[in-house]
Order: sequence, then C-alpha cells, then structure tokens
Amino acid sequence: MARKELLHIVRDPRSLIAALALPLMMLLIFGYALSLDVDRIPTIIYDLDHTPQSRDLIREFRGSRYFDIIEEATSYRPIEREMDMRRCLLGVVLPPDYSRNLLSGKEAQVQLLLDGTDSNTAAIALGYGEGVVQGYALRLRAAAQSPGPGSVLHTPVEPRVRVWYNTDLISRDYIVPGLISVILMIIAALLTSLTIAREWENGTMEQLLSTPLRPAEMALGKLSAYFLLGIVDMFLCLFVGIVIFDVPLKGSAIFLFVSSCVYLFGALGWGVLVSAMNRNQLSAYQLGTLTSFLPAFLLSGFIYSIENMPRVIQAIALFVPARYFINIVKGVFLKGIGLEILWFDFLLLVLYGAAVFYFATRKLRQKVA
Amino acid sequence: MRQRIRRIVQKEFLQALREPRMRFMLLLPPLIQLLIFGYAANLDVESARIAWMDEDRSPASRELLAEFQGSGRFMVAAEPRTETGMQSVLDRGQVDAVIRVLPGFARDIERGRTTGVQVLLDGTNSNTAAIVSGYATQTIARYAGSVMAQQQRKKLVAGAESAGGPVHVALPQITAQTRVWFNPDLRSRNYFIPGVIVNIITLVTLSLTAMAIVREKEIGTMEQLMVTPIRPAELILGKTLPFVLVGLWDMLLVLGAALLVFHVPFAGSFPLLLFAAILFLLSSLGAGLFISTVSRTQQQAMMATFLFFQPFFLLSGFTFPIRNMPEPVQWLTFLNPVRYFLEIVRGVFLKGSGADTLWPELAALALFGVTILWLSVLRFHKHLE
Repeated sequence: MARKELLHIVRDPRSLIAALALPLMMLLIFGYALSLDVDRIPTIIYDLDHTPQSRDLIREFRGSRYFDIIEEATSYRPIEREMDMRRCLLGVVLPPDYSRNLLSGKEAQVQLLLDGTDSNTAAIALGYGEGVVQGYALRLRAAAQSPGPGSVLHTPVEPRVRVWYNTDLISRDYIVPGLISVILMIIAALLTSLTIAREWENGTMEQLLSTPLRPAEMALGKLSAYFLLGIVDMFLCLFVGIVIFDVPLKGSAIFLFVSSCVYLFGALGWGVLVSAMNRNQLSAYQLGTLTSFLPAFLLSGFIYSIENMPRVIQAIALFVPARYFINIVKGVFLKGIGLEILWFDFLLLVLYGAAVFYFATRKLRQKVA
Repeated sequence: MRQRIRRIVQKEFLQALREPRMRFMLLLPPLIQLLIFGYAANLDVESARIAWMDEDRSPASRELLAEFQGSGRFMVAAEPRTETGMQSVLDRGQVDAVIRVLPGFARDIERGRTTGVQVLLDGTNSNTAAIVSGYATQTIARYAGSVMAQQQRKKLVAGAESAGGPVHVALPQITAQTRVWFNPDLRSRNYFIPGVIVNIITLVTLSLTAMAIVREKEIGTMEQLMVTPIRPAELILGKTLPFVLVGLWDMLLVLGAALLVFHVPFAGSFPLLLFAAILFLLSSLGAGLFISTVSRTQQQAMMATFLFFQPFFLLSGFTFPIRNMPEPVQWLTFLNPVRYFLEIVRGVFLKGSGADTLWPELAALALFGVTILWLSVLRFHKHLE
C-alpha cells in the first residue's frame, strides 16, 4: 500500500516538485523578504519655530536610526500629500511658540502626526517618537537643574533594557522556526486530504476495497508515503533556516526531530480523516484548508500572538496542534529549552496524533461498511 | 453563441449548487475565514504581561509599580523573587517582560545618583518585544519625570528658606502631542479586515476556477465537452463567468459581515470598490485558468494554487509592510496585482480615497488583468487543441 502511494507520488513529478518547491519558496520569502521590524520611518519635519532650540530637537530625530527625514516642509500640505501617497508615516511639527514656551518654563509642545493605517507600524513608530521627545526633555530638565557648569548631568531613573532569547529582535528568527510548522501542515494535511477523495472520485476506491486491506492498514499505507515527503520537507526547512538564514538552534536537535515526527503524524492523520469524510476533492480541499492551513497560520501564535485574541478564539486555539508544536519549535530554537519544560506540549501532540489516527481509521471503516 | 455560453454557465451553477455540501462550501468558508482572520490577525499589544521583581521593597519601588499598573498597558502576571524564578517565567513564556528593581533603588534616588531599572524582554516575538519595550521605557521615563519634579520642589523649598523669599526657576517641559490620522484608535483590525477581503476573493476565485476545470479533465468529462459544438472561447467564458459571480458574491458577503461584525469604518465609495474588484477578478481568474492548464490532477491544481497564492499574498503588504522588504523585492511587488487591489481596498476603507488618488493602482489592475487573462486564454486554447 505504501509502495503504491509512493509510486503515485513519484510518478507525478509535478506534485512532487510542488511539494518541495512550496516550502522552499515560503522559506525564502519569509526569511528574505518579510519583516515586521520598524526602522527608518519616513518622516517629514515642519518647523514653524526656526530657533536653535527647535533645531536641537530636530537633530535628535536626525540622529536616531529609527527615523529617516525625507523632507523639511514649510506647510502641512506636503505631510498630507505624502501620507496620502503612503510615502510618509510620521510628521513632526514644531509650533511657532515652541522655544518661547520652552525658555519661559511653560509646556512646550511638539506635534507628532502619524499615518495609522498600518496600526502596528504606527504603534511602534509612536513609541520611538515619544521616546525621542521624552528622552530629550528629561536631559534638558536635568541640565537646567544641575547647580552649575561642570557638574554631572543625570536623570534619576533610567530604563536598562535587555532582551533575552532573540537579542537583536530580528523578526526572522521567530518567523522561520514557526514556518516549519505551517509548511508541514500544508504538505501533510492538504496533500493527504486529496488522496482518498481522489480514489473515490476516480472509482479506484472500490478496487482497493475488494483487496483484503484493513482500514488501519490502508490509512497507514497512505500515511507513510506522505510521511517520507514530510520528513524531507522538514530537513529542507531546518537546513535553509539554520544554514542560509543563520537562525540559531540553541536546544536539542533530536528533541526537535522527534516532536516534528509526532506532529507530522497527527497532521497526516487529519488529512486522512478529512478525505474520508469527503468524496469530492474540491470539498476535501476546502475543508482541508479551513481546518489545517488557516489555523496553523493564524491560530497558532506563528505571527499573531494568541493572548491578544478574544476568549472564544483563544478557546478554539486550544485545539490547534500547530500551536503546541510552535511552542516546542520556538522554545528549542530560541530559548534552548527541552522536554523538562515542554513536556506538556509534547504530550498533547502525542495525544492529538493518536486520537486523530483512531478517528481516521474508524471513519474509513464506516465508509467501507 | 450566447445561448451556448448560457448553457455552460447553467451547467456550472447546477454542478456547483446541486450538492448541498458544495452550496455550503460557497458560503461558509469565506465567512469562517473572515471571522478567524478578523479576530486572530491582530498585532496590537493591548496589555503586556509582566513579571514584577522587586529587590528593593521600598516606597519608591512601590511608586514605580503603581506607575506601571496605572498606565493600563501592563498586567502583573507573576512576582518572582529569585533569579531562577525569573528564568522560569521567561522560559515558560508566561510573561512578555520582567521589570526588575535592584536593591538600593530608593537609596540611589535619594542621593541623587542615577539608578537603573532592568527591563528584561522575551525577544521570541520581536514585534511584541519592540512594542512592550516602548511602553516600559515610556512608563519609566514618566516616573523619572515625577521624581525630578519632586526633587526640584524640595530644592526650591530649601532655596526659598535660605534666600528668605520665593524663588522661581523655569524648568523646560516638552510634551509630545500625538494625532493619528486615518485609524485614530490604532486598531489593527481596521487595517487587516480590508486585507482579509482581498485575501478571500483571491483564494476563492483562484482555487475554484483551477480545480473546477481540472476536475473535468480528471474525470474525463472534458472530452465530452470537446465533442459538443462549443468553441473554446465560449467554453472559457462559460467556465469563468460563474466564478466572477461567485467572487463578487463572496466579496459582498464578506464586506457585509466585516461592517456588521467588526464595525470597520468604511470611508470611501462602494461603486469604486466594486469596479476595482471586477478589474481584479480578471487577474485572479486568468491565473486560475493558467493553473488549470499546467495541472492534470486536482491535487496538482491545489499545490499550484498554493504556489501561486502564497507569494502573491505574502508580498502584497497584507501583514508585512512592503517598505520593510529589501529593495529588489519591493520592485518585484510592482508586478503583483494583489498589491494594487489591497492598496485600493485599504485606501477606500480607511482613507476614503477616490479614483483621483487611486487611478495609478486601478490602471495597473486593468493592465495586469487584461494581460494575464489574455495570456491564459491563449495557453488554454493551445491546451485544448
């Protein structure tokens, strides 16, 4: 049975190429092109004050690597225009009374205008912008308070930020490991979901049924061929991630491999279950996408963190195996932790695999009967 | 000719709607996708989970804690006392950051020395970490500001006593006044939902077209169609028209749900959106047609759909801003029709942009649509012969 399925795969080079090209392509796009890191925010400055004080603050913005001053405007018009054209994200406006208020001890105001369309970038840009202004204001205050020249300028409390696990905050380092779980889900669940539906549609199921194969054997046979494909894809992902994109692997490779196999088995079982429920490949595909790819992409914490979702969605996410696998992958890759902390996630993956396989064979048996 | 096309359209619809499951499939998946995407696709950090590790236990450190709690952006999820306890909450991913106040915090402040507050971030999710870091830095800076004001007051009082009269010292103060345009609450939902609509239309039309045609090939009914007097052009038209309707129907469905369920503001013009959608369908149906010519089985068609869909989707700016991409990739995105459609949909939704600002995108969509459809039809022709 496994050999037949393997023959099917090998005889169909287009699917085979696709099954290898898809992960490679996704890895390259995610690893090379996509990033959520915000720096070089295109900024327009509109200085109505034109004093040494206002230029001093502008220098702060120029000095920060987070901002890229693309223009010094002389009215609001360019800011509006460039924001409409999506060429500018931040406008910094210094009102005409800025230095007068500053020197007289009144509250001087700086206006930050943000394009909020991309709220994530905007929120981060806002943080950086307010950070620059606040830091500058604190230094000015400290300077004004210090009793005389030559004394040390200081602020009373300052944050000392240290980042663990992904020290440089590179989004690639958390996206690429998570991607492995999405790719395995696509390959495993989606490909298998079509195999049994295809047998129904082409009428070869009846032929298979007349052989003395038992449902469990049939499921296992269908699985093992795609299992091999999945393992190849997994190694491909690991290789590209570690060698080409320099994602650090801090934990144990063996634990990673074992849990990948367990996860793969569960995903494949899910594919068989879906295809046993649908005699039509198109609907098998639709159901497969809805129940495997989308949850693995969206409800797994791959990009969007689960804690931010509404309660109901969080409850649904409890049943997404990719979520536990992503915990393991990110833990092993970035934190270097192992079974001692991740045992529960691992256990859930094992349970999921076993349950799905049980239901898949039962469903097949029902169909056969 | 018109009648023959009508027949095929009828046949397609009959085929699609005959099975209750298929009827279901045209309705439910787009809605489920919208709901999941709408609720899940969210990069906001509404409340960061922090661990509070206070090794000073002084009034000053408690004031800092109150500053954190009062900001509404943090939730204290753990209070570890030891290094190992701190390590463990971070390892388990129970918190996004640890705020650690070292011993001597209050003493240093009292003596006028600069003291540090450690902010240990879980960098696993770099996006969350960047946002949480910004929040924490601002909160600490606010606290530092209030400490400074207190010190100043003390000095003033002392100075006034020694000088025997009121002393006025001007202290520089600067506040940042923020105004956010287009999406004032900075809700990422408003940004993502319009994108979800684009995403669903693309996926539905692309995969349905490709798989429906390949299905006929796979089960051998394509030959039957070929022996009928239908001409290829009519066949193509008959095969794709139903999916234009399905695509538009899905868009209306999802649009309605987006406005009703998610209350996404819709600032622009509906006819413009519809017009852009029709232009865009030219591209996606063309691509679906193309996939059907390169695949023999539905499994192949599905893989090919994914191969097509993924790069177009990922390089459209849906989640990952185009301006963050390396420059060569940014140029590549100019060849991506999804990008233009997404910009139009977002512009119409959030900025209320009209055809006067969006005409370059509309023109690009039309150009790509006609080209892709034309090339695919040519290929499909050859394929049939």
